[in-house]
Amino acid sequence: MSTQLDTIKLTNAQIAWRAAQDLEDGAYVNLGIGFPEMIATFQPEGRDVVYHTENGVLGFGEAPAAGEEDWDLINAGKKAITLKPGAAFFHHADSFSMVRGGHLDLAVLGAYQVAENGDLANWSTGKGGVPAVGGAMDLVHGAKRVAVVTDHVTKKGEPKLLKRCTMPLTGVGCVTRVYTSLAVIDIEDGHFVLREKLEALSFDDLQAVTGAELKTKGDVGVLVAKVL
Amino acid sequence: MDKTVASLQEAVAGIGDGASVMIGGFGGSGAPIELIHALIDAGPKNLTVINNNAGNGHVGLAALIEQGQVAKLICSFPRSADPKVFTDLYLAGKIELELVPQGTLAERIRAGGAGIPAFYTPSSYGTDIAEGKPVAEFDGRPYVQERWLKADFALIKAETGDPMGNLTYRMAARNFNPLMAMAAGTTIAQVSRVVQLGEIDPENVVTPGIFVDRLVTVAEPKQEETLNREGAAYPEVAA
Repeated sequence: MSTQLDTIKLTNAQIAWRAAQDLEDGAYVNLGIGFPEMIATFQPEGRDVVYHTENGVLGFGEAPAAGEEDWDLINAGKKAITLKPGAAFFHHADSFSMVRGGHLDLAVLGAYQVAENGDLANWSTGKGGVPAVGGAMDLVHGAKRVAVVTDHVTKKGEPKLLKRCTMPLTGVGCVTRVYTSLAVIDIEDGHFVLREKLEALSFDDLQAVTGAELKTKGDVGVLVAKVL
Repeated sequence: MDKTVASLQEAVAGIGDGASVMIGGFGGSGAPIELIHALIDAGPKNLTVINNNAGNGHVGLAALIEQGQVAKLICSFPRSADPKVFTDLYLAGKIELELVPQGTLAERIRAGGAGIPAFYTPSSYGTDIAEGKPVAEFDGRPYVQERWLKADFALIKAETGDPMGNLTYRMAARNFNPLMAMAAGTTIAQVSRVVQLGEIDPENVVTPGIFVDRLVTVAEPKQEETLNREGAAYPEVAA
């Protein structure tokens, strides 16, 4: 089963592309370090989105050319960025006021596990090493929508969407939508609600690699991803 | 009034063993590298350091940790491109870590400077980080109580200062610096230039001088990222 999934599943870039289609015109958005940052690459034409980074910038753009970096101008991933017209700088307390105060429209994060009640585990596998949390525990609270981009299963083929998380939690009841390599799933009233799935995958096959019940409300759409 | 001091050595004078020291910056941006190196030269031990990170490479905060001067670190994200210095000491049980979510860290410092002993935040509710902390419900949602954070000293980096200690910052190098300036007994700022009183438009002052005690000029401050790309270490290793 897992080898079969590997041949049809979306790449990270395709998941990011799908998530980008839901970016709303005029939205203030925070994209987590790494995979979620790719979403900005696929921002649809004609939509104006203002990106927020925890370290005190609103309205940043893509990375500068190599050699053009200014190391006073970085994002939360410590990568060099550029500014768009209308950008603003602010200190860390104002930055997290934007986060917790409900001023962001959308935050997108990665995940180790997501539970049907909206719990998210994405900061620690609980297996020792050096713990690091950064801004994740703040970002999951306050944004109007908190979305996750993730592979549907782990590298070993185990479900990442579960009844309850087994790894240390980042936040409780915080996730509203999950974009996976196989499906788009909303979290409503403590349940996974399937919105879209890959056409090549049956509902039963998708349910088999999901650790909690998938409910449906009306038609399930086809998860279409651009060939990238 | 003139808060400027003539040397980095003078700027860090009085930071003794066991002191708590806030160090500004987010990664390398806004990190007062030259003040940290002066603190290495001064040599106090058993410091409690408050910073967002745990250093990168072998300069700045990583170098201070590598010299064995830091007993405890309060931070949100002790990982970086090259976190080996902190990681090795932590895994060997030779440095204490208090992990704080980034927004909570910022607000604890702000509260410390603002005279607010505790506050409630939604961040970390229901997680391991909230264990043992009071929880209360407001308008039907649970929140975790967090306490203010203050320090004996703050080492910060700004762009322009005047003799009264009014400061402006440069781009995203602002980050934790204005908050830490408020929350320390003695705030020590390194600035790229000191201008005459009146030259900073009062409309543009970010940190009012009341929060600043000492000011030292470092005309061309080093960037941690640049030093690391050059493979630098502090103190410099003889070739």
